[in-house]
Amino acid sequence: MNVTVTPALALGDDALILSHRLGEWIGHAPVLEEEVALANIALDLLGQARVLLSIAGDEDELAYLREERQFRNLQLVEQPNGDFAHTIARQLYFSTCQELLYEHLAAGGSELAPLAAKAVKEVAYHRDHAEQWTLRLGDGTEESHRRMQHGLDALWRFTGELFEPVDGLDVPWSALHDTWTTRIGSLLRRATLTVPEGPKSGAWTAGAGRQGLHTEPFGRMLAEMQHLHRSHPGATW
Amino acid sequence: MTTIAPDETALEAVFDATVAADERIEPRDWMPDAYRASLVRQIAQHAHSEIIGMQPEANWITRAPSLRRKAILMAKVQDEAGHGLYLYSAAETLGAGRDELLDMLHSGRQKYSSIFNYPTLTWADAGAIGWLVDGAAITNQVPLCRCSYGPYARAMVRVCKEESFHQRQGYELLLTLSRGTEAQRAMAQDAVDRWWWPSLMMFGPPDDESAHSAQSMAWKIKRHSNDELRQRFVDICVPQAEALGLTLPDPDLAWNDERGHWDFGPIDWAEFREVLKGNGPCNEERISRRRQAHEDGAWVREAAAAHAAKQGEATR
Repeated sequence: MNVTVTPALALGDDALILSHRLGEWIGHAPVLEEEVALANIALDLLGQARVLLSIAGDEDELAYLREERQFRNLQLVEQPNGDFAHTIARQLYFSTCQELLYEHLAAGGSELAPLAAKAVKEVAYHRDHAEQWTLRLGDGTEESHRRMQHGLDALWRFTGELFEPVDGLDVPWSALHDTWTTRIGSLLRRATLTVPEGPKSGAWTAGAGRQGLHTEPFGRMLAEMQHLHRSHPGATW
Repeated sequence: MTTIAPDETALEAVFDATVAADERIEPRDWMPDAYRASLVRQIAQHAHSEIIGMQPEANWITRAPSLRRKAILMAKVQDEAGHGLYLYSAAETLGAGRDELLDMLHSGRQKYSSIFNYPTLTWADAGAIGWLVDGAAITNQVPLCRCSYGPYARAMVRVCKEESFHQRQGYELLLTLSRGTEAQRAMAQDAVDRWWWPSLMMFGPPDDESAHSAQSMAWKIKRHSNDELRQRFVDICVPQAEALGLTLPDPDLAWNDERGHWDFGPIDWAEFREVLKGNGPCNEERISRRRQAHEDGAWVREAAAAHAAKQGEATR
């Protein structure tokens, strides 16, 4: 299908894909309270995705009938769940950025302002949930500290893309990046963790997700997500 | 100061009078040990059913065929986790902690509803579970809102409200399939064919074989017999199946004017007993997956406890 790349599409894809990854946790969470919390975050993100994709076109056509290269989400959100610490690191990086971005969009006059104003309250909770767990795991046991640090380190190279400009969005990206770096740094210090070193993007893929270039696990994820819908062309569900 | 041990007979008389008057027994009230044990067994089994029951439906979250359906299914499975939380809390008021009950589940000393040992093979199964399994659960649980034990009765009021939303979404899912393409319709019929009989088994063995029924009825934990509830469920489902345009897989289904109920064919109790014994299609998968999630999460729970302990020391 032909798709026009718009900010709503890019941000909608972020929410859609991260929601899907979080949905994979349901039934496997470490405690019952986290079954509820992770599902709750997944549902909020799915709600945001549905609004954004409906601005961009037909939500189901966009979710189920696009090829991998037509998705514009960040590579960060498509990364597999890993262990709980890995999932929390991904959420911390993403939600801290999403909150800053949506605060900015909510204050502006674009067509995304109403959605951003509503979603920013949800995102503040997602960010807080990730922060609380980062503190617990960082300053918990030796094992949890090691796992949390590993998750943060492993995903660090996907964080540069969070602040790659999105065509059509008037956002002071570098200022947001600075605030993000300060917030993440101060949280990680409180959690007795170390801010990862090294590049914030892969050597060959700077800004890749936004250009439609994804990572190996993404195709497999889409195959599962789209299979049933694509097996019954034209059917109503 | 001397305390006089209250006379157990007098306490029992108060308990009996409370139950007889249809009033609620509350956590601090005296209650017979057997009443407490029976409630713990039932509430724990119910809580375990909620969390094991997440698995067959979560099986379809990542493949839900539209974003609307995906949101509904996720919300439903999330509700089940929430029900698990209320129910474990209700059991806690009787002195049975969640960790202890989970251990009993993981080691096979406590059970969960056998229905969740059947597989969800197609998307239509998500609909059949909503319509039939949640429908049967509501039929069982609505009377529990008047159960003699207060915390359980109150948890059930909340659970039943959410279950009735689940039942409607399942029915609506099947209706959409049944009015859809030929393949969708076949998918819906196949799901109903597989889930109908196991749903009837959810009401438990026939009254004359039910181990706990008589005492539970006397204590007003239970209000209606297994067979009464099963009949009520069949009577509700027959016209709904007709409205759905789907056939219930029982050639003996026939309206009985004299009884004012639908007659139905014999249930395969041998299958029921086999599934209960652990020989159902998914017993092994369900419990293994549950144990695995619990074991994989151990380091997270330990970390949370260690962090809380450090915080406690820091604020002391």
